[in-house]
Amino acid sequence: MDLINIILQGVLVGGLYALFAAGLSLIFGVMRLVNIAHGDLIVLAAYIAMEVIRLSGLPPLVALIFVVPVMAAFGYALQRGILNRTLGGDLLPPLLVSFGLSVILQNGLLAVFTADSRKLDAGVLETASVSFGGLSIGLLPALMFATAVAVIAALQFMFYKTALGRAFRATSDDAEIAELMGLDRRRVYAWAMALCLGVVAIAGVFLAIRSNFDPFMGPGRLIFGFEAVIIGGLGNLWGTLAGGVILGVAQGLGAAIDPGWQILAGHVAFLLILAIKPRGLFPRMDG
Amino acid sequence: MMQFTISRATLTSRIAAIFALVLLAVLAAAPWWASSSFLHLAGEFAVYLALATLWNLLAGYTGLVSVGQQAYVGLGGYITFSLALFLGVHPLLAIPLAGLVAALVAIPVASLVFRLAGAYFAIGTWVMAEVFRLIAAQATALGGGSGISLPATVTKELGGKWLREASIFWLALALGAGCLALVYLLLRSRIGLALTAIRDSEVASTSLGIRIGRVKHVLYVLVAGLTAMIGALISLQKLRVSPDAAFSVNDWTAFVIFIVVIGGIGTIEGPIIGTIIYFLLREFLADFGTLYLLFLGTLAIVVMLGAPKGLWGYAAERFGWSLFPVGYRIHFKE
Amino acid sequence: MSDGLVVEGVESFYGDFKALHGVSLALEPGKVLALIGANGAGKSTLLKSICGLVSPKAGRVTWRGRDITGLGGAQTVALGIALVPEGRRLFKSLSVEENLILGGQIGRSGPWGLQRLYDLFPILQEKRHQPATSLSGGQQQMVAIGRALMSNPDLVLFDELSLGLAPIVIKDIYAQLPKITGQGMSAILVEQDVTRALNAANQFLCLVEGRVSLAGAPQDHSRDAISAAYFGT
Repeated sequence: MDLINIILQGVLVGGLYALFAAGLSLIFGVMRLVNIAHGDLIVLAAYIAMEVIRLSGLPPLVALIFVVPVMAAFGYALQRGILNRTLGGDLLPPLLVSFGLSVILQNGLLAVFTADSRKLDAGVLETASVSFGGLSIGLLPALMFATAVAVIAALQFMFYKTALGRAFRATSDDAEIAELMGLDRRRVYAWAMALCLGVVAIAGVFLAIRSNFDPFMGPGRLIFGFEAVIIGGLGNLWGTLAGGVILGVAQGLGAAIDPGWQILAGHVAFLLILAIKPRGLFPRMDG
Repeated sequence: MMQFTISRATLTSRIAAIFALVLLAVLAAAPWWASSSFLHLAGEFAVYLALATLWNLLAGYTGLVSVGQQAYVGLGGYITFSLALFLGVHPLLAIPLAGLVAALVAIPVASLVFRLAGAYFAIGTWVMAEVFRLIAAQATALGGGSGISLPATVTKELGGKWLREASIFWLALALGAGCLALVYLLLRSRIGLALTAIRDSEVASTSLGIRIGRVKHVLYVLVAGLTAMIGALISLQKLRVSPDAAFSVNDWTAFVIFIVVIGGIGTIEGPIIGTIIYFLLREFLADFGTLYLLFLGTLAIVVMLGAPKGLWGYAAERFGWSLFPVGYRIHFKE
Repeated sequence: MSDGLVVEGVESFYGDFKALHGVSLALEPGKVLALIGANGAGKSTLLKSICGLVSPKAGRVTWRGRDITGLGGAQTVALGIALVPEGRRLFKSLSVEENLILGGQIGRSGPWGLQRLYDLFPILQEKRHQPATSLSGGQQQMVAIGRALMSNPDLVLFDELSLGLAPIVIKDIYAQLPKITGQGMSAILVEQDVTRALNAANQFLCLVEGRVSLAGAPQDHSRDAISAAYFGT
C-alpha cells in the first residue's frame, strides 16, 4: 500500500512537472528556441501572484485571472522586444541572451523581494484530501494533475484545430513561405511566447501553493521541465505529461530510500532514459 | 606568375608577444615583490582567464555551449581533497592527478550529453553538474552538505604561509598562461583548421573526412581535465571544499560566460579583454551586490544583440587587430 | 500609369552574392511572361524581389501604379501578387486542405475558393485531409498552385513548375494553365524547359548572370537567337 501511495503521489506531482514543461515544449516546437530563463519566469509568476494576492486579498487560484494575462502580455513584449532579435539560425544568441535574462530575473527578484522563502496560502485546498481503498489523494495534487491534463488538451486542440495553431505550424515549417500567407513571423512568435507564459503563470501559482519559493528556484524548475520533455520525447505534449509522471515517480521512489536522494533519483532516471532511448519515449520530431 | 610570401604574424602580434613574455617574467617574480592581496588577486585573474579561455574553446570554436563546466571545477576540488585526505597524496601533486581523473570521468559523461543537441545539450551539462553536486552533498566522508576544510596536517605539506601562497600563485599563473598558450597552439594547428571548417559548415567538413564527433569528444575531455585542475587549485587556495561553493553556477559558469561574451566569443583575445573588464567592473560595482550581477547580465545581453562578436571581435573587424594570429597572410610582391 | 507590373533597374542580392545587376521588365494585365535562363542566372531572385521575399538594394518595383519595392511578402500578397515557390515548399505539418485554407487567409475576394480548386484538381479533394507532403510530386505541385490561387491574386509567379516532375504530369499541369490565367490574371513563368515556357507565353525575358540578355515576343525571335541569349554567347 505504501509503495502504491508513493507511486500515486509521484504521478500526481508529475502533473506539475508537465505544467513546467508544456510551455518549453510549445516554444521549441514553434521556433526551435529553448529559453534558459523559463524556470525563472515560473518563479516570477509566483511572485506576481503573491503581490496580486497581497493587494487584492483574493485566493491564489482566483488570482490567476490577473496573473495569466499579465504574464502573457509580458511574454509578447519579451519576444518582440528581445528574443525575436536572437532568432535566425545561429545557436549562441538565443541561448546566451536567455541565460543573461535568467541571471537578471533571479537578481532582480532578489533585489525587490529579498531571499526570504515565501509561500502562497490556499487555505483548506492544501490539506483537503479524498481517501478510498486505503489511498489518500490530496485535493491539491489531484487538481494540479487535472489542470495539467486540461492545459495539454487545450494546447493540442489549439495547435491542430484552430487558425492560430495552423499559423504556428506553418511558421515553424517554413517561416519564409508563411510570410506569403500574411503571417508575420515576429507576431506569430510573440503570440506563441504569450501563450507559453500564460501556461507558465498557471505553473507558477501551483508551485507557490504547493511549496516554498525564493528567487533562485528557477533553474531547478527549468531542469525538471527539461527532463520531462526529453524523457517524453520532443514534439509530443502528451509525451511530456508521461515524462513528468516518470520523473515524479522516480523522485518519489528516491525520496523513500533517503530524503537526500529525491532529486538525484530523478536525474538518474533521466540519464538512464537518455542512455537507452536518446530520443525519448514518444518522440515526434528531432532536435 | 605573381610572387608572394606567406606570413602568420603581424607587427602588432610580435610586439604583443614580447610584451607578454616580459609580463610573465615580471609576474613570476611577484611572490618576492608583491603583497599577499596582490598575489591573491592576480591568481584569481589567471584562474578566470583560464576558465574563460577554455569555455571559449568549447563554445566559440567547437560549437559546444556548456553551462555545466562547474561540474569539473567542483570535481577537481573534491578529487584533490579526497586524494590528499584519504590517500595521503601531496596536495600539489593531487592537482594534475585530479585533472586526469576528471578527464576519465568526462568520457562517459560526454557520451551521454552528446546525445543532446544545441540548447538541450547545454541544459544536459547543467544536469550533470547538479548530479555531481548532489552526490558530493551525500558524501559524508567529505562533510556532506556543508563540506570540509583542509586539515592542518595537510596544509602544512604546502609549507609556510609565504611558500603556500607563492606555490598557489605560480600554479595559477602556469594554468592561466598554459591554457592560453595551449588554445593558441591548438588553433594554429591542423585541429584549429578543422574546428574552423566545422564551425563554417559541418556537412562540408564531414565530406572532407574531418571526424567531427571525434574532435568534439577529444576537446570536451581535454577541457574537462584542465577545468578540473583549475578547480583543484581554487579549492586548495580556499583550503576548503563544499558542494555549493565548488559547484556554483554563478561563480564558475555565469561569470565565465559573461566574460567571454562581453570580451568576444570565438576569438583568443576576447577572454583576456573580458576578464580585464570583469575585474574592473568588480572593483567599482562589487559594493552593489545584486546590482552588479544585474548589470553584467544586461551588458551581456546588449553585447550579444548589438555586437555579437564582443568588444574585441568588433574592434578586430573594424581595425584589423590581431594579437594571436591563427590565420595566414599573403603578401604579394609587385 | 501602368495597370500591371513594372520593374526598373532592380539590383538584388542572394546572401553576399549580387544576383541581379539592374533588371527591368514590363508586364500588362492578362499577359504571360516567360522568364528563362540557366541555373543561377537570377530568375528565382527576380521573382522573390517582386513578391517581397527579397528586398532590392537598388531599383524599383511598381504594381498597378504603386511602388512596392521592399514591401514584405505579407503585404504584396494582400496587393494581389502570389508565388508558387520553387520546389513547392508546402507546409509539411499541415494537411492538403489546411495548406489551401492558409493560402486564402489573406482574405482577398475573387473567383477562387476551395470548391473551385477541387473542381480544377479533383485528386486534391480526395486527399484533402492527408499531410500535404505525403502526396506525389505532381499532386504537391497542384497544392502549391492551389495555395497561391486561394489568395485570389492578379499576378501569379510560377517558379520552376516542372522541377522534378514526370513529363506527363507536366503536360497535364500546363494544360490547366489557361483555365488559371484566363481570368485576366498576369503570370510570370520561370521554366527550365524553354520551349514549353515560350509556347505558353506572350512575351519572354532571358537572364544571363543577373542581366537581361534578350527580351520580347517569342514569335519575333529565332530559336538560334534565343539560344545564343540563353547561353550568353
